Amino acid sequence: MNLKLRVWRQADARAAGKMVEYDAPDVSPDMSFLEMLDVVNERLTEDGQDPIAFDHDCREGICGSCSLMINGTAHGPMKGTATCQLHMRSFKDGDLINVEPWRAKAFPVIRDLVVDRSAFDRIIGAGGYITAATGGAQDANSLLIPKVDADASMDAAACIGCGACVAACPNASASLFTAAKVSHLGHLPQGQPERYRRVLSMVSQMELEDFGGCTLYGECQEACPKEISIDNISTMNRDYIMAGVGS
Amino acid sequence: MELNSRVPAGPLEKKWDRHRFEMKLVNPANKRKYTIIMVGSGLGGGAAAATMGELGYNVKCFCFQDSPRRAHSIAAQGGINAAKNYQNDGDSIYRLFYDTVKGGDFRSREANVYRLAEISVNIIDQCVAQGVPFAREYGGLLANRSFGGAQVSRTFYARGQTGQQLLLGAYQALERQVAAGTVTMYPRTEMLDVVIIDGKARGIVTRDLVTGKIESHVADAVVLGTGGYANVFYLSTNAKGSNATAIWRAYKRGAAFANPCYTQIHPTCIPVSGEYQSKLTLMSESLRNDGRVWVPKAKGDKRAPGAIPEDERDYYLARKYPSFGNLAPRDIASRGAKEVCDEGRGVGPSGLGVYLDFADAIKRLGEGVIRERYGNLFEMYQRITDEDPYKVPMRIYPAAHYTMGGLWVDYNLMSTIAGLHVIGEANFSDHGANRLGASALMQGLADGYFVIPNTISDYLASAKPAKVDTSHQAFKDAEAQVAERTRQFLSIDGKRTVDSFHRELGKIMWEYCGMARNEAGLRKALELIPQLREEFWRDVNVPGSDVELNQALEKAGRVADFFELAELMCKDALHRRESCGGHFREESQTPDGEALRDDEHFAYVAAWEYAGDAKEPILNKEPLVFENVKLSQRSYK
Amino acid sequence: MNRATRFYQAAIGKKAVMGITGLIGIGFVIGHMAGNLLVFRGPDAMNAYAHFLKSTGELLWIVRLVLITAVVLHVIAAWQLTLQNRAARPVGYVDRKPQVTTFASKTMRWGGVILLLFIVLHILHFTTGTLRPSGFFDEADVYGNVIASFRIWWVTLFYVIAMIALGLHLYHGAWSSVRSLGYAQPSKDPLHRRIALGIAVVVWLGFTAIPVAVFAGLIA
Repeated sequence: MNLKLRVWRQADARAAGKMVEYDAPDVSPDMSFLEMLDVVNERLTEDGQDPIAFDHDCREGICGSCSLMINGTAHGPMKGTATCQLHMRSFKDGDLINVEPWRAKAFPVIRDLVVDRSAFDRIIGAGGYITAATGGAQDANSLLIPKVDADASMDAAACIGCGACVAACPNASASLFTAAKVSHLGHLPQGQPERYRRVLSMVSQMELEDFGGCTLYGECQEACPKEISIDNISTMNRDYIMAGVGS
Repeated sequence: MELNSRVPAGPLEKKWDRHRFEMKLVNPANKRKYTIIMVGSGLGGGAAAATMGELGYNVKCFCFQDSPRRAHSIAAQGGINAAKNYQNDGDSIYRLFYDTVKGGDFRSREANVYRLAEISVNIIDQCVAQGVPFAREYGGLLANRSFGGAQVSRTFYARGQTGQQLLLGAYQALERQVAAGTVTMYPRTEMLDVVIIDGKARGIVTRDLVTGKIESHVADAVVLGTGGYANVFYLSTNAKGSNATAIWRAYKRGAAFANPCYTQIHPTCIPVSGEYQSKLTLMSESLRNDGRVWVPKAKGDKRAPGAIPEDERDYYLARKYPSFGNLAPRDIASRGAKEVCDEGRGVGPSGLGVYLDFADAIKRLGEGVIRERYGNLFEMYQRITDEDPYKVPMRIYPAAHYTMGGLWVDYNLMSTIAGLHVIGEANFSDHGANRLGASALMQGLADGYFVIPNTISDYLASAKPAKVDTSHQAFKDAEAQVAERTRQFLSIDGKRTVDSFHRELGKIMWEYCGMARNEAGLRKALELIPQLREEFWRDVNVPGSDVELNQALEKAGRVADFFELAELMCKDALHRRESCGGHFREESQTPDGEALRDDEHFAYVAAWEYAGDAKEPILNKEPLVFENVKLSQRSYK
Repeated sequence: MNRATRFYQAAIGKKAVMGITGLIGIGFVIGHMAGNLLVFRGPDAMNAYAHFLKSTGELLWIVRLVLITAVVLHVIAAWQLTLQNRAARPVGYVDRKPQVTTFASKTMRWGGVILLLFIVLHILHFTTGTLRPSGFFDEADVYGNVIASFRIWWVTLFYVIAMIALGLHLYHGAWSSVRSLGYAQPSKDPLHRRIALGIAVVVWLGFTAIPVAVFAGLIA
């Protein structure tokens, strides 16, 4: 099939950007979206133009590198799927596809479709961990964790840190990302000693990074390739309020 | 070159303990005076950087991705082994040690493997303490599953995302140290050279992938944890960015490269669908528990699978290996698929595929049971191929997955360059000629959390590196060389893209140095690779400039190194005239076509030493001494 | 910086304030509606109720003070959050297609502004009698004030529109306020979402019924 792309091109963080139109002829429906971009890039290179820069790595939906706003939807039209696992059979011949980078003050564009998501690392560094220096751990089975808690923790821990939640949120809020980590560690007994300290530090870092606030549109949950629930945001809110009111 | 493995004396089970006592320590107050460079931030690198930071060292950690959380360790699905014997099924440290040595076809170093098995137990404790949400039983105890190559149930897992959860554990510990100021993180930064001063590794030269700035970083010791080189095949299950540049640069500065030809081909991957294919996706090996592998008996039979009657199908694994059948080990299942496809009986549009058929299992157990067991895998398969595996058989084909070879290291994980340490998949040490499932995660974390933080102190305390800074001529020279190479890529201005060269190199390697190798093929590859490399340096087209984010330039550097590594792999494969593990030489097989080892002539580690671009590399041998296990022939009939 | 300030500085803190003040508002609105419906039982019932409220004296002022404080805090927090949220995406998308955003959630801000305007006018209209669209206002005859005003088409229309805004605001607000305060029920179709819908519909119907009934001549 033959497609037309309109892609955001921007030379670097300070340059002005614009949407540029490209043809994508002879696209196989079995190609992944990124493979389609590879082919477009090969042609651009052969024609002496700069290829389109985009983040990607594992291409199996787990590393969280890929980050494209496709036709107005984070990671494109297929639910529960990262861009790298989206295939061209989701489009039809003659389609015009808009491809944009994630947009948020906290995610400045580096080049074309590549954005800087280091704010997420700093949120984790602020408190998204359990303080357990290597070496002093007790036997793993001395800590009993009910299966339901382990499962709930794992549901939240599935986050791949791609930033689609921020990209899709009308407020560019990082609540779902932060809440997923709060919830992952908060569901485990190991996470209890630092539970309230953690939520206060992570939330305060999230604020410093200039993300927006949550107004419960629910767009993040829809966009999340791991389908992480916004219930986690309520968990985070509860812990934050408890931390503020309590000790 | 002298290869001193520095394996401590004494009985196997006392070696590590004793060694830890004998190693020198760095006074806690002095630790912050030492700077350690950690290249790579996966399971090994992330764990090592975090732990060394916790100990008080001043750590600089580098990764080419935008965040340490993206390292390819994240993609491991199945699980991590540990000799906990929680299931009371007869497991022990010794059994895990033995399984790993045997699984590696007796080509690994006993002492290293034993230490790995010993430490496996601490890894699980450490990860649970960090909050890794391992699967649990209803009673709250940890759950285990069984995995290939073992008769006990010792694999710990977190759904199908064990690698992700373990990496996030290490990443969280790492970010804690970053926030505490003990570790400085350099994401989107690629190491392009290692700097040696007075025979010791004293730093690296990097390129900032965003600004293009070339920079020197000085340290008292350098650790590489940059993963494997399966992307030399272009199509592999590795991430697109996985590359061999760091270890290859180290090789060219004097680190010996051990067993480069030991590569693992995973049997159950989704086949290639077209020329545009950029990577291959693994389907968990567990599918072979219920799926039956077959191809048509007749060559070129293009009928739909459902139209081929039972007596015209060849269930070749069940036919050749009646006792193991569809569960034959990875290397054997992979070679079986290659054989039938070479005979022209492969299926699918490309003819490179075999069926993995669930029809019988669905009939026997019902679709519900199959959905429960493999639902997410079936969904992933359908998403990629647009075929419904509940109705038509899956098509699978082997793909390059893991590389057992890597930089040679001693018991302390130090390479042949003093102060240059190598951990995880980047070194050669623990898996011999073949790696068992659920062992890669174990090795990365063992090296990162428990081995290197100890051995690095010994190095620093004994070597007492003198003060140097980046104004040293060695840094200036390395920077100039890196800059010159970058300039060269940009100035060729040829016609072909980097990817087109990489793809062609991959095809050569897959054809001649893939699942089965022979002398004629390897010699042919050794003719083709230099020709293609010469064309690359003449006709590659790298657009853009060196002062910006330039993904084509990044790829060009990596592919240039893959060319050289590919040649070394073929040389190693050619010299090793025996079959062992993932290295199958057609000339060396049993009468029924199984891998035949030659322990008399090849029970050694082949450590290749760089001698100059125009010169043949020098082969050094570290003999493998087996004091505890008895060498035997593997059989799966 | 003290704990309360730090708490409030985060968006979650502001949302908690909005949640609590919103819940106060919801409680008030339901009570207010129930009282107003007395209009259907005739002038005596309505005026007696109004008289009763006035007779509570200081208590009434305490309630009024709580309500005014709630509204002020709600509006300030909303204003600050809106600024923060706008600032969080300085460069917008060329193409963005919301997937699940409801009309109610999308109109919280403008709907809120309409409601604020309504509240001011409503107080000036029925409480203080400053605005007298019909020319008639008798503090003792609340029933009479209502009948006289809603005979005028544009007054009725204004109230009907304002009540649509109120219904929408309640639908999203009743649900999200409890979530902002940390309550979540793991379900695709959580009960509190249905309760929110119920509150929104009942309040909208109850309040709308009065002007419409008067205008249609069902109440004289």
